[in-house]
Amino acid sequence: MAPLLELRNVSKIYSQGLLSREQTIALDNVSLMLDDAAPTIIAVAGESGSGKTTMSMLALGFIEPSKGQVLYKGRNVASLGGSDHMQFRREVQAVFQDPFAVFNPFYTIDHLLTVPIDKFKLTKSKQQARTMMEDALSAVGLRPEEILGRFPHQLSGGQRQRISVARALLLKPTLLVADEPVSMVDASLRATILESLKKLKKDYGISILYITHDLTTAYHISDNIIVLYRGAIMEAGDVDTVIKKPKHPYTKLLIDSIPWPDINMRWGTTDIQAKEGDYRSVTGCRFAGRCPFVMPKCQKAPPPLFKTDETRAAACYLYEESQELAHQNVTALFAAGR
Amino acid sequence: MNRNGSSPAPVPASAPAPALQVTDLQVTYYTDSGRVKAVDGVNLTLYSGERLGLVGESGCGKSTMALALMRMIKPPGRIEAGSAIVGGPGGMDLLKLNEEQILNARLSTVSYIPQGAMNSLNPVLRVGAQMLDAMRAHLPKATKEELNERVEHALESVELQRNVFRMYPHELSGGMKQRVCIAIGILLSPKVIIADEPTSALDVVVQRQVMETICRVQEKIGAAVILIGHDMGLMAQITNRVAVMYAGKLVELSTVREMFTDPLHPYAQALISSLPNLENKGVFQSIPGLAPSLLRLPSGCVFHPRCQHAMDLCKTVVPRQSTTPSGRFVYCHLYDEHGNKVKQPETSTKAQVQQKVPVTGR
Repeated sequence: MAPLLELRNVSKIYSQGLLSREQTIALDNVSLMLDDAAPTIIAVAGESGSGKTTMSMLALGFIEPSKGQVLYKGRNVASLGGSDHMQFRREVQAVFQDPFAVFNPFYTIDHLLTVPIDKFKLTKSKQQARTMMEDALSAVGLRPEEILGRFPHQLSGGQRQRISVARALLLKPTLLVADEPVSMVDASLRATILESLKKLKKDYGISILYITHDLTTAYHISDNIIVLYRGAIMEAGDVDTVIKKPKHPYTKLLIDSIPWPDINMRWGTTDIQAKEGDYRSVTGCRFAGRCPFVMPKCQKAPPPLFKTDETRAAACYLYEESQELAHQNVTALFAAGR
Repeated sequence: MNRNGSSPAPVPASAPAPALQVTDLQVTYYTDSGRVKAVDGVNLTLYSGERLGLVGESGCGKSTMALALMRMIKPPGRIEAGSAIVGGPGGMDLLKLNEEQILNARLSTVSYIPQGAMNSLNPVLRVGAQMLDAMRAHLPKATKEELNERVEHALESVELQRNVFRMYPHELSGGMKQRVCIAIGILLSPKVIIADEPTSALDVVVQRQVMETICRVQEKIGAAVILIGHDMGLMAQITNRVAVMYAGKLVELSTVREMFTDPLHPYAQALISSLPNLENKGVFQSIPGLAPSLLRLPSGCVFHPRCQHAMDLCKTVVPRQSTTPSGRFVYCHLYDEHGNKVKQPETSTKAQVQQKVPVTGR
């Protein structure tokens, strides 16, 4: 059976400048597979500019890869046409980061929810449409009577974000791409949104590509994780292994920068400085400029993924005694983790 | 600016100087559907050099409070009562300044670091021009060289390169823009800096860098910081004291250590226990129920419908302030006026629905 979504050696390069053709490699040769045997949640983590949003845009078919292919149920997303494209649009839904920017401020929530119902001809009866909306809103823990008829500006960020999830749920998708769904929502409401997402997986069998910079939520919600840095996979594998015992210096930096709600766990226990990365192109490891363990070797060629554990691989020469991951295919690790 | 003319009361040598004293602050929004008390009788003292965290769910009035202190509440909102005195007893009351005085006080006495740095800079002006603009309004007599030097100094202190001065906001990353906002905030060495969720849209590594920048510049200029946010983790890392707000009211004010090891108010307890950590994977313990609409606040203690320890008393009587010997405030009937736990005559009969959902879907 064809996998649900497959990124096959995908690269995305953005060029700018008329004459100089400055190139930014947003995603560099990434392969990933979500199989449809069992619904799963894969987290894609990394800082801003690491290519995680590019990855979500590719998965949603908003942009085409520069190299490689994005396949949905075995068919190239870029060449889907007509009704197939509509089906793809319906089955692959998105929840975006900014709950304040995704809604048209001139329309009520009813209108926002009726658009997909009409567009995909879910029902013709108004009564039934109303019931569908109410069910979807209740499923994400909202009270329909408080939401319907309101305008987006009358609702809180957490409510709007859950409406986004409800809107996606309305269409009964097979895959949900959630791009930083909780980063702009109250910490106390995060739990409810994450709960809604988990429910989608459990009750509706929807797989989720969870894009985030927040390793805490990634740890709690996902089964597997991919850590990206400047377009390349730094570390990937089973989420417990990666978060609890990070191998790659970059993952260590990310985990160390989490503000743990524990006054005995202070920032600054590792010697990796928190600073923004620079985006000049490099020949070697992309993290070399910030890495405290940098070796001459790191500057020459980017390290491949080394399989350090049964369910995890890290792209770092510190672990070169370990076997290289076959075909650099991180999906193999995920399967092993189940 | 000594408005009421009274001589400042002598401050005991042991007590640190209060940078800002907020007393009984009340802000109301007059909406079509009724009056909304967004901030209801908040008392708060902020000391120089201190970092105070102000946490609460969205809509609990924490941003309204910040805006009130900046006097930026717009109609239909109104500051109904209260005082916010900067610089100890006899200092100036931010809430009683006239239009011209408040223009002067903003940035020079109390400055504001906004939530969305990406939207708070003018996209068509260079960073330097915007910073100079702010300076010129406050220091009309200063020479261009002086101003330029101060701006560059401010940029340096937030670890931005000098060439940022000549750049447009779109050329900067989110973290850099936020640091430009911090640089603007500290240009005139204010006494109080109010940072309203300064890192809510930034990723963890940059967030840490921005927070460390705020702490560093704050220590340098000796200002007091009110850090508004909902991220308890950040509070644990950064602040000295934490104030918890719920439905427009302050419910607890404690030192950060006390807040995280022994929170007193049931809402604070629920907030702390809802935090994710490495131990309880997949368990999302959210606070049962929803935050009340400010239009229809419950009677008595506003938290009683969601409270596990609710008693009959809580439904009718608004709890008064309890102050512990160590200086913590809590507003809850579980404690007497000295913050000691009151023996409960009856256990709660209210069956609470605990939304503790263990997730097993692996």
